[in-house]
Amino acid sequence: MRIHQGTFSFLPDLTDEEIERQIAYIRQNGWAVSIEYSDDPHPYNTFWHMWGLPMFDLEDAAGAMYEFRKCREAFPKHYIKINGFDPSPMWQAQRVSFIAHRPTQDDPGFRLRRLVWSDGRVQKYGLEPYVEDRPAGERY
Amino acid sequence: MNPTLESANLHTLLQQTGVPEVLERLDQELIGLAPVKGRIREIAAYLVVDRLRRDLGLVASRPVLHMAFTGNPGTGKTTVALRMATILHRLGYIRRDHLVVASRDDLVGQYIGHTAPKTKEVLKRAMGGVLFIDEAYSLYRSENERDYGQETIEILLQVMENQREDLVVILAGYRDKMEQFFTLNPGMRSRIAHHITFPDYTQEELVQIGLLMVGEQNYYLDPAATQAFAEYVACRMRLPNFANARSIRNAIDRFKLRQAHRLFERGGQVSADDLRRIAEEDIRGSQVFAECEEMRKGEDHAP
Repeated sequence: MRIHQGTFSFLPDLTDEEIERQIAYIRQNGWAVSIEYSDDPHPYNTFWHMWGLPMFDLEDAAGAMYEFRKCREAFPKHYIKINGFDPSPMWQAQRVSFIAHRPTQDDPGFRLRRLVWSDGRVQKYGLEPYVEDRPAGERY
Repeated sequence: MNPTLESANLHTLLQQTGVPEVLERLDQELIGLAPVKGRIREIAAYLVVDRLRRDLGLVASRPVLHMAFTGNPGTGKTTVALRMATILHRLGYIRRDHLVVASRDDLVGQYIGHTAPKTKEVLKRAMGGVLFIDEAYSLYRSENERDYGQETIEILLQVMENQREDLVVILAGYRDKMEQFFTLNPGMRSRIAHHITFPDYTQEELVQIGLLMVGEQNYYLDPAATQAFAEYVACRMRLPNFANARSIRNAIDRFKLRQAHRLFERGGQVSADDLRRIAEEDIRGSQVFAECEEMRKGEDHAP
């Protein structure tokens, strides 16, 4: 199954030119570009690893593309996303985020885990990525 | 081959780019520097021809545009680099008309592992435009082989080679030191296509530059002051630490100080003309004349 997280995730994968144009759009709005990677596809995993610091003073998308390519070289077996952070007052929040690189087109997906709660009359449900069975770094 | 474009007029194409305008401004605002302007014209012409060839479908590899500007302090290296960014932008070789100025401090780190991120940070900021490295020879210190500058040079070389379409690098520095730098880093020399030497200004050129600067700041020199200024330049050129146009700019700032002081001393009403005029005494009050005199005496007494 395909992991749907962030913008554009229901579209076909973006090409490098399209990614560059998206970065140009982020930059044009005055937002900071940051690159993050992770091999834990759980939707509640909000803590991805940062690839370097957010780039606040870029003049051109080429700088961020350079970092993105470096990250993809180093972590071809991880999900990589590109975020746009709006530093202006009142916002100071992430405005856009999309997955720019996938380790596989066919993610194994999630297991439904049942948990018998307290005296056995309550059940709780949770999701668990199948890839989580293997240790981090060897998942894809 | 593109069938609609069988032939084209070079001059119309050049006009369309808006480059002649920039070159003209270069001519008006920068005095002297004939060899530099000649080289810039050549580069501009070459780039137009290259663009045309591309439009006609004659494929060639992208020209290498990295440059080295060598010359004494104050000969206009930074100013020309700024114009270069505009020219390259108008010709469509860089995406943005911006220039990032960096020196050793901005590129080289203080401890192990600090240099690469620092250099990359600057490179990323400059991408899409021109990176101007002032006093580039200071990146390499031959006396210390563990100097971190070496790491910067390696990263720089890599980016200069692999991302030619994203970044144009201009190295600048004093002539002899840059010569030495290139000898010690042959990789750098071979990646730079255009070596441009900036000559020193002559005395007349310096006087013209001075008058231009005064005019730009809405001051003027009266005839006696103009004469004094010519003498001042002649004196200043012989003193040590002479930095061409930069010395002239500093001198003009001091003339302005003296003018303001004179107006206060005189007291009473000042007219608009008083505020604009720099008089002879503002220039004659300079220390330079005394120092120059002293030097001449020293020479006379020399055996």
